[in-house]
Amino acid sequence: MPGPILEARGLHKHFGHLHVLKGVDLLVQERELVFVIGPSGSGKSTLLRCLNRLEEPSAGSITVDGIDLLDRRTDINKARQRIGMVFQSFNLYPHMTALGNVALALRKVQGRGRAEAEARAREALDRVHLADRAGHYPGQLSGGQQQRVAIARAIALEPRVMLFDEPTSALDPELVGGVLAAMRELRESGMTMVVVSHEMGFARAAADRVIFMDGGRIVEQGPPAAIFGAPQEERTRAFIGQIERNHA
Amino acid sequence: MSNWDRFLDSFFNARVAAEYLPKVIEGFWLTILLAGCIILTGLAAGLALAVLRSLGIRPLNWLIIFVVDLFRALPPLVVIVLLYFGLPAAGLSMSGFAAAWLSLSLVLMAFAEEIVWAGITAVPRGQWEAARSTGLGFAQTLGWVVLPQALRMVVPPLTNRTIAITKGTALASVVAVQEILGAAQAGVSFSFNPTPLTLGALAYLVLFLPVVILGRWVEARFAWKR
Ligand SMILES: Nc1ncnc2c1ncn2[C@@H]1O[C@H](COP(=O)(O)OP(=O)(O)OP(=O)(O)O)[C@@H](O)[C@H]1O
Ligand SMILES: [Mg+2]
Repeated sequence: MPGPILEARGLHKHFGHLHVLKGVDLLVQERELVFVIGPSGSGKSTLLRCLNRLEEPSAGSITVDGIDLLDRRTDINKARQRIGMVFQSFNLYPHMTALGNVALALRKVQGRGRAEAEARAREALDRVHLADRAGHYPGQLSGGQQQRVAIARAIALEPRVMLFDEPTSALDPELVGGVLAAMRELRESGMTMVVVSHEMGFARAAADRVIFMDGGRIVEQGPPAAIFGAPQEERTRAFIGQIERNHA
Repeated sequence: MSNWDRFLDSFFNARVAAEYLPKVIEGFWLTILLAGCIILTGLAAGLALAVLRSLGIRPLNWLIIFVVDLFRALPPLVVIVLLYFGLPAAGLSMSGFAAAWLSLSLVLMAFAEEIVWAGITAVPRGQWEAARSTGLGFAQTLGWVVLPQALRMVVPPLTNRTIAITKGTALASVVAVQEILGAAQAGVSFSFNPTPLTLGALAYLVLFLPVVILGRWVEARFAWKR
């Protein structure tokens, strides 16, 4: 088995006096889909945001694809191209078309010419089945389509790992399926993924491993069947019971 | 002479109008030149200050805020008079045109900085994060993602403020610049008839009505659906 593509050790994060991450270790293997669940405020977003240094961890180490992310000499903008991120609120650039959104970093970060960048952007949009929406502005797209454009924007840079922070929680229920389908296709193409989400059905079907976080720590982790079917920790049991009641 | 005739003779005297029209037209072009210079330097300086402020360097930001508040607080006429009549005492003198240009540029700079800065801070944090997460640097994110949105948002207030301040070109008449108002006032004192002021008012309308309409058009053009 190859070594982990993403390796975070002893991550701590303080916001002032608030201790949000209290020593998190996370190893993700190539092609693995890791699912992260946990109550609100448990530090899931903070963990993801540390993994591409949108937040500066207070302590710990992070290695992605062999690059020490917290080393001062690391060119963080270069490193971030290997780590795609998808946000709950899509965060598409409203003044650019779908194509423009996807092509921007291809041009400005990777330095590709307009024609090549747009060809690659179209390919990426095609992978999320939105090739026919390339000329639309975000305001002219549904939430689900916007999120798929956001996925295309990330995968166009050919990242080694993709981070998803509640990618479907801002969507109307009927639009969730399209985004989950795009994520599943991405997974089938061999993408390594870390997903924070409450979509338990997706986790059961697609995740290799489920991590339950609470109070800034990883409480329990294992295959989806084990975590959902026979959680060992009381807190995990309570949380999963609550989620299942909410979705019943 | 009836009151009505007196009124017509005072404000719409054809002979006086014909005589002073060329002067007012000269003033018209001078106003355009002065306004154009003010808009160019004022907006450029305001934008530059807002961009500098976004770097988040504490002492620099205090300085920017101080300068901006200073020129927002001072009446533009005071700045003009200070530069024109005050600087010679310090051994520096400038023409009335230069004094008006510099003063109103500083005032426009101050307001433009505040407005553009408000626009920059109104761009959601998620836009920065999305751009940075794809590897765009700070300057690239500001230039390609944040500023285009910020500027679009502030087109209406910026247009209004720019129009208001360029109308302040009339203040230059105080420091002997023969722009529209200066030329019209000179006409009044030579002819003992206020008709040149009517011409002046018309000249301002000819100049600023299109600007106001342009402002509306820009506003509509720059709006986009979220
Ligand atoms: N920039 C910040 N400044 C101060 N506190 C913060 C900041 N970001 C997050 N926090 C705090 O850190 C804690 C963990 O937040 P985080 O967003 O990581 O939780 P989460 O598990 O993602 O929750 P949710 O399910 O609601 O998204 C919360 O108490 C939050 O208020
Ligand atoms: Mg969160």
